[in-house]
Amino acid sequence: MSQLLSIKELKVSAEDKPLLHGVSLDIQSGSTHVLMGPNGAGKSTLGLTVMGSPEYTVTGGKIFFEGEDITDESAYERAKRGIFLSFQNPVEIPGITLSEFLRNSLEQISGKHMKLWDFKKKLKAAMEILNMDSSYADRDLNVGFSGGEKKKSEILQLLMLEPKLAILDETDSGLDVDAVKTVSQGINEYKSRTGGSLLIITHNTKILEALNVDRTHILAAGKITAQGGAELVDDVITNGFDRYISGE
Amino acid sequence: MSEKTIVADIDRSRYDFRFEEDESNYLGSGLTAEIVTELSQEKGDPEWMRDLRLHSLDIYNKTKMVEWGPSIDELDVDKIVTYIRQKSRMNTDWNDVPEDIKKTFENLGIPQAERESLAGVGAQYDSELVYHNVRKEVAQSGVVYTDLESAMHDERYGEIIKSHFMKLVPPTDHKFAALHGAVWSGGSFVYVPKGVRLEIPLQSYFRLNAKGAGQFEHTLIILEEDSYLHFIEGCSAPKYYEAGLHAGCVELYVGKNATLRYSTIENWSKNMYNLNTKRALVSQGGKIEWVSGSFGSHVSYLYPMSILNGEGARAEFTGITFAGEGQNLDTGAKMIHNAPNTSSYMNTKSISKSGGISTFRSAVVVKENAVGSKSSVSCESLMLDKISRSDTVPAMDIRTKYADIGHEAKIGRISDESVFYLMSRGMSEQDAKAMIVRGFADNVSKELPLEYAMEMNNLIGLEMHGSIG
Repeated sequence: MSQLLSIKELKVSAEDKPLLHGVSLDIQSGSTHVLMGPNGAGKSTLGLTVMGSPEYTVTGGKIFFEGEDITDESAYERAKRGIFLSFQNPVEIPGITLSEFLRNSLEQISGKHMKLWDFKKKLKAAMEILNMDSSYADRDLNVGFSGGEKKKSEILQLLMLEPKLAILDETDSGLDVDAVKTVSQGINEYKSRTGGSLLIITHNTKILEALNVDRTHILAAGKITAQGGAELVDDVITNGFDRYISGE
Repeated sequence: MSEKTIVADIDRSRYDFRFEEDESNYLGSGLTAEIVTELSQEKGDPEWMRDLRLHSLDIYNKTKMVEWGPSIDELDVDKIVTYIRQKSRMNTDWNDVPEDIKKTFENLGIPQAERESLAGVGAQYDSELVYHNVRKEVAQSGVVYTDLESAMHDERYGEIIKSHFMKLVPPTDHKFAALHGAVWSGGSFVYVPKGVRLEIPLQSYFRLNAKGAGQFEHTLIILEEDSYLHFIEGCSAPKYYEAGLHAGCVELYVGKNATLRYSTIENWSKNMYNLNTKRALVSQGGKIEWVSGSFGSHVSYLYPMSILNGEGARAEFTGITFAGEGQNLDTGAKMIHNAPNTSSYMNTKSISKSGGISTFRSAVVVKENAVGSKSSVSCESLMLDKISRSDTVPAMDIRTKYADIGHEAKIGRISDESVFYLMSRGMSEQDAKAMIVRGFADNVSKELPLEYAMEMNNLIGLEMHGSIG
């Protein structure tokens, strides 16, 4: 397996407040990683920084993707390289339908024109996997979507855009049991179809059940405090984060 | 990567070509009784019209300059050429239109639009109409679409014009209405008989070509009972150093249970003063639908008024205003409920960028007798940068407690969060912003005639399939 994402000693701040204090993390092609940690540890900051959010400033360290330094690249350049972030709170864009948005996005990322017919076929199939009513395609992007629908819409984008690396920021939070199941089916489909890598930020094991977790990272107070295999997830669920925080 | 404006300024190359005007055709600038009398003679006005002009001039001289809106201090009306003689008479055959004028309109796509999707077309070049034509089957249904000047002399329409002309917008209304009354020239007269429903639109196109000139066209439309008409109005002018003035007037009479849809795309050059007055009188069960796109001009004052004068009369106003650098566009609408169970609906969007100022100004008046009336006003503004401005000035005067009134105003900027979200899905910052603006304008652009909606999208530089990378 080749190195896909490599984060080296990353220091990040927002509005002059330091949030990450030298985080290193490597993700191989095709592997599944889990990122856990108490609230406010900097998990979302890490995800958003890898995606290139202008809200965060990198004050030290580097981010490499497929061996290339992307630390200073803008979000859309990273998207074109194959990085995807499923947002915790996706924004609403009035006047642009989900389908129009997706087709545009797909064409931007692939750099190729897609025939409407092919696009519709692909969209229909992806929506079926997620038990989404086809009418959502013609609704304005995320406008009036419930929390669960917004999360499904994020996973729908994942299935359509087929990135090399998908960062899922608490995609399972606020979902009922059935919705978690549907969403994890979507993630599985992405994984098995594209062989892409995952970085899953979560508090729960439900979403991980059907996935083979390769590596777990614990982030506390802006630092990686522990790393391990899948067993680390169970340990955290049973015993909490205390020992990983006090280990500082 | 080439530098491109986030949301491109309107591409004016289509509009900015021009032909030199022979100045011997100018009827002198300034406003005196002599000039107005000369203009009246030149046009062969009936006596009542000459009197109306002189009376209007009198009112103009006595009326104070407007002081409540964007500054018009730089506009020197005395320097505006009020009338330009036309080299040719009004034509009904496109081939007879003089070559340079023909070319101008062909560049604007006018004759082509007629062939493809219109029931009739009128084209005004500077002060006079140069072309007017309606399809044979439309004329046979009794629909009249012609220039006001010749209709005034036609014994079939003379009286009806006299009894409606500047009755809805009297010269006493404001200073520029008075100016219009004194020097108006050109424009259209439309008459739709009882029960006639015109399924395809009529279109008038106004082109101000001469520099330092004014355009004062008058549009008079009368719809009889149970009729339907969609009228489209387009305006443009090339850019000159001297300021131009547009002080047109639109009077619409909507009969019982009749519906009139009046669409306008205004794209004057950015040194024009657009001080236009539009008004509709709606009878029982009738409906006026205004669709208005304002993109051009340096300063605009534009507030189409709907007077709901019969029970159950309705008015809808859908508008979009785009103010770029150096533009101060003050637009909105007025709704007057003067009968029971009338309803009005206003939905506007305004966009400002590069220091442009966009102000939404509205008035809803519900008279005591207008019980059971409904009114809803919704205005949204989007500022694309920190140097642009947007204001809303809604006024309401409700004289009955038996009315249902709603108002909603939103002013916002493009959020960094939205831009980042779209960028994370592969769109460049420019494309992301363009998409947000396009979405913002969507429910208004849907109302525009198709070719205008497409043009608007191009105008705003919103290409869905923009260049990659």
